[in-house]
Amino acid sequence: MKSLKHLADKPWEKKGIIGGLKPEGVFDTAAEKVALGFFLVVATVLFSLFTVSYFIRMELPDWRPLAEPAQLWLNTGLLVSSSVLFQLARNKVKRGEARNVFTLYLAGGVLAFLFIGGQLMVWGGLQEAGVYLTPNPAASFYYLLTGVHAVHLLGGLWVWSKTSIRLLSGCEPKDVRLSIELCTLYWHFLLVVWLVMFAILSNT
Amino acid sequence: MAYVPLADQEIELHHPHSWVTKYVWSQDHKVIAIQYGGTAIAVGLVALVLSLFMRMQLGFPETFDLIDPNSYYQSVTMHGMIMVIYLLTALFLGGFGNYLIPLMCGARDMVFPFMNMLSYWVYLVSVIILLASFFVSGGPTGAGWTLYPPQTSMAGTPGHDMGIVLMLVSLAVFIVAFTMGGLNYVVTVLQYRCRGLTMMRLPLSVWGIFVATVLGLFAFPALLVAAIMMLFDTLLGTSFFMPAVIESGAALDYDGGSPILFQHLFWFFGHPEVYIVALPAFGLVSDVLSTHARKNIFGYRMMVWAIIAIGLLSFVVWAHHMYVSGMHPYFGFFFATTTLIIAVPTALKVYNWVLTLWEGDIRMNAPMYFAIGFIFTFIHGGLTGLFLGNVVIDLPLSDTYFVVAHFHMVMGVSPILVLFAALYHWFPKMSGRMYHEGMAKLHFWCTFLGTYAIYLPMHYLGIHGVPRRYYALGTTEFMAPATQDANTAITIAALFVGASQLLFFINVFWSLRSGEKSGANPWGANSLEWQTPDTPPIHGNWGDELPTVYRWAYDYSVPGAHEDFIPQNTPESEEPTVDAEHFDPDHDVSKADL
Amino acid sequence: MSLAIALFLLVIATVVLHFVFAYYFDWWFTDLAADWAGIDFTVYVTLWVTGLVFVAINAFMAYCVWRFRHQPNHKAVYEPENHKLEIWLSVVTTVGVVLMLAPGLFYWAVFVNVPEDARDYEVMAQQWQWQYRYPGADGILGTADSSYISESNPFGVNPEDPNGQDDVIVNDPQMHLPVDQDARFLLRSNDVLHNFTVPQFRVKMDLVPGMIPYLWFTPNKVGTYDVLCEELCGIGHFIMRGQVVVETEEDFNAWLATQPTFAETQNMVAANPAAGQAQYALCATCHGQQGEGNLALNSPKLTGQPAWYIERQLQYFKSGVRGGEGDVYGQQMAPMAATLIDDDAVRNMAAYIVSLPDQPAERTVTGDIANGQDIYDRNCAACHLDDGSGTWYTDAPPLTGQNDWYLVTQLSNFQSRIRGMHPDDTFGEQMVQMSTAMADEEEIRDVAAYINTLSSSRIEVGE
Repeated sequence: MKSLKHLADKPWEKKGIIGGLKPEGVFDTAAEKVALGFFLVVATVLFSLFTVSYFIRMELPDWRPLAEPAQLWLNTGLLVSSSVLFQLARNKVKRGEARNVFTLYLAGGVLAFLFIGGQLMVWGGLQEAGVYLTPNPAASFYYLLTGVHAVHLLGGLWVWSKTSIRLLSGCEPKDVRLSIELCTLYWHFLLVVWLVMFAILSNT
Repeated sequence: MAYVPLADQEIELHHPHSWVTKYVWSQDHKVIAIQYGGTAIAVGLVALVLSLFMRMQLGFPETFDLIDPNSYYQSVTMHGMIMVIYLLTALFLGGFGNYLIPLMCGARDMVFPFMNMLSYWVYLVSVIILLASFFVSGGPTGAGWTLYPPQTSMAGTPGHDMGIVLMLVSLAVFIVAFTMGGLNYVVTVLQYRCRGLTMMRLPLSVWGIFVATVLGLFAFPALLVAAIMMLFDTLLGTSFFMPAVIESGAALDYDGGSPILFQHLFWFFGHPEVYIVALPAFGLVSDVLSTHARKNIFGYRMMVWAIIAIGLLSFVVWAHHMYVSGMHPYFGFFFATTTLIIAVPTALKVYNWVLTLWEGDIRMNAPMYFAIGFIFTFIHGGLTGLFLGNVVIDLPLSDTYFVVAHFHMVMGVSPILVLFAALYHWFPKMSGRMYHEGMAKLHFWCTFLGTYAIYLPMHYLGIHGVPRRYYALGTTEFMAPATQDANTAITIAALFVGASQLLFFINVFWSLRSGEKSGANPWGANSLEWQTPDTPPIHGNWGDELPTVYRWAYDYSVPGAHEDFIPQNTPESEEPTVDAEHFDPDHDVSKADL
Repeated sequence: MSLAIALFLLVIATVVLHFVFAYYFDWWFTDLAADWAGIDFTVYVTLWVTGLVFVAINAFMAYCVWRFRHQPNHKAVYEPENHKLEIWLSVVTTVGVVLMLAPGLFYWAVFVNVPEDARDYEVMAQQWQWQYRYPGADGILGTADSSYISESNPFGVNPEDPNGQDDVIVNDPQMHLPVDQDARFLLRSNDVLHNFTVPQFRVKMDLVPGMIPYLWFTPNKVGTYDVLCEELCGIGHFIMRGQVVVETEEDFNAWLATQPTFAETQNMVAANPAAGQAQYALCATCHGQQGEGNLALNSPKLTGQPAWYIERQLQYFKSGVRGGEGDVYGQQMAPMAATLIDDDAVRNMAAYIVSLPDQPAERTVTGDIANGQDIYDRNCAACHLDDGSGTWYTDAPPLTGQNDWYLVTQLSNFQSRIRGMHPDDTFGEQMVQMSTAMADEEEIRDVAAYINTLSSSRIEVGE
């Protein structure tokens, strides 16, 4: 926490240029990554507050635990694979390789779409089983939380599709390296969110 | 990765090609700032008129046919929500944040200019959605700005069908806009500072706006969660917040929800929101005070620490809004303690402002009037907060006019005085012309004395037991006979203050055309925004080369210097030092004592 | 210079005005009527600490503004910080904070811990009335739930719970309390958030549907105190009033004995319409054989009104709550209602009137229906419902089918405070306040004209 130490600086004592071309405290990385980092903290706060609400609401007497369908394990598998493919694509592009990057990146996104499709199927299955949005609050939360997660994933897929179109139109992978790195980070984040959410949903 | 100064980077500045791209779809942070500010002030005027309607009803009940109980509660709600979110938050962060951050950081623009532009347009959409609720059936919601369930969606509340839905959607859209803007402000401050500009050399304005934006980024999600869940309850019939309730004698289809949960979420956002407004005000006023006192801000480090400490503490005090909400009473001990602890860093800021005046060379320009007026009203509002934060005193005072008076002093009058201080202070930079000094001072006297006349007696009505959010006092045994007279007097003061705001608008419009040319640095200020090659700064701000910073922003009246200010981008070697006896402050190039 | 003087004067004015406001205008705490002197003590400690800080800092600031104003050949002192001073100031501030917080937390602990011997009372709030339940002889309140709530069981007391049978039901905004006896209030709401406040008792707490928050105090002064709702609860928030009568244990017991228990309210003997019919002959001379009303005699239609409303009005006329000064036609009702000797006679009469066939009244009033609808939907519908059918829940009688000229008379009576200002007429004062939604007689006629359009089974006449 070097930057915290600087809080004790007495700025009136030292004149002249401090630091090199870049003042101290600037992160040695692209601004987009810093922005994504902040956004992930914001999203973490959002999901945490949903989770806290979930636990508070759970304590009230009308809560009836939901039996989550087994298909969620399959969906989880899809999302894990999607994340892995993004990581592989990122590793390659970071090493400067161009081969297969596009394929891996494309496949990662497709798997994410499949995950969302799988989540919709689970929704459909629940509806058929008579588990509607109301009146059981456990079901309300199930639809709400999975929905909010899917919306975040769709946001990621929008960026993914823009990059994919650039790759499709012949852009070199190294030119979209930043975008691939950002997508990978975001995918890992959403995977962690999903795993935590899945653990909470299926244990309560 | 080697760092490339921004000037040499291939950044596309989207230089405008037509009037439309220059002033409408502009990606220039300064144009966006003015768009944000103009919209916020316009919608704030709507809220001001609503408050005058309320005051007319309270001051002269049964005299004017302006307002009935229904529209009274709608006015209460819309006034509060607009002032807090759509005016103050938008103007401090979207307005001043946008204008000052890149300039004070020595950057060409925000890091993501397109997203910055989008932020404004999404904000405008949220304002339009909000105002649309005046035109739908049932009108805007009248649930109070706190939007407490279950009454928000029940028949006894004005606007319980369409109004509340539009309000929640508008808030969600606003949060999206804020997040886009907020990420921009934070990353710009972190990554786009110019050479030599360490965090501890930043003007306090940037610190205040920076920490407030971080607070906003972490606090607004709570409001978003609450809004989404309430929309589900209202539109889809879930029971997140809605317990089993009876409406007009018949049970509704809700069961088991927790209204208190909503309150926790709301205030987890709502309390930091107070500081989202206050911290930028603290920052801006520090710079105004220091510049016009020709003295460094006293205890710069303590000011930065206090901003950070207040920011952190603001996340652990939220339930002091809920002492009498029916939550577990043991929370009271914790939240009363944290709340009173926050008084310590806040008090230190006040001491340091006053100590900045001590042994200064105070130029009594209009911004300084507003800044000193702010210290007075903020001391008053802060001290009354010690009553309400101390849990047991909140029992008699909660939900009375004492609360109304307190938060209007601390969150209404004080930030507004800073806004005017800042608007007058930076007006020459934004327009290249001076405002009319006499009119600005008259505006100050009307606003400062007028608002004190409004809110001082209100505290006493609250102690007396007059409840807030009452359309009429009705008959009670306990109210003193002069209670209605107080309301009448307060209303007269409010109408006076409301009308006197015209002075500001006349001043701005007159000065834009006929004000004296101000030059680049009329106040003799140190921070970077006053050192731009052009005034007002053109798109890109800095000409060919970005500035380099050699010192902090508060080198005023440095011993041995021949002027009483040394701009941040003045190298030590060029520091124009002369013997102290040759110092002649009356030959300043500045217009600091108009 | 002018600002320094102004700041200095403002400090003095604030101190002077404090005394003027608090002691000359009496805008200060009402006389304490409960054992919460500790709260007032904490307030005074805080007032002194903050008052001194206010005067000290602002006076110092005024001095600075005057002393260090710009003068020729003067230069500010360069002093980046004074760490010692800052630490010293933080310590002093902390001491001040502790001084205020200590009594605050101490008395909060007292408030949180209810004494063992406190008696329980239930306060029940709904839009926009207060009502109360006492535990009865066994000292235990029966369980209750909003799912049991109906017109005959407005508290939703569990009919199966033996503890609830002897609970005393006070379906009235006025409650009584014995003096010097610790009281714990259990707070229930049927619909939205409300807040139970009596300024003289100092304490207040929200009523939250689905929860039972509490507060406690010891009333120590005999008297009658206003109950206010202090949590925004919808359009009628400002007219939600009640009263607490604090009296000696003796008086309290005497009063309590006259109130019905839950079992009594459930097992009331059905009213006898035949007995009512016998007495109706007197009424028929003005109100007509079928209770259809008579414009020439200013006698409104009686049919179409529910029994609870007719009973309440008859009781009001009997006791002079209604028919006071200025209410010429209302005054005529007093001797008539007096012929109903007891509560049973009133109930029988209401039962007979309810049994009469109901025909909607003729239309006589015309006005701007669109304006009337606007006013009605925004303000009246909250209690009288969108279709004007009224409901026991909000104590609002039906308006559709009633004589429109009668509605106009009553609305103007409310507006001119001829009706509704009797201290015991809580519902009436609500109407006095709400009638201000109509600016004048013309708008009253607009609303009446709109109400005319609400009844679907209306007889079309004179078109």
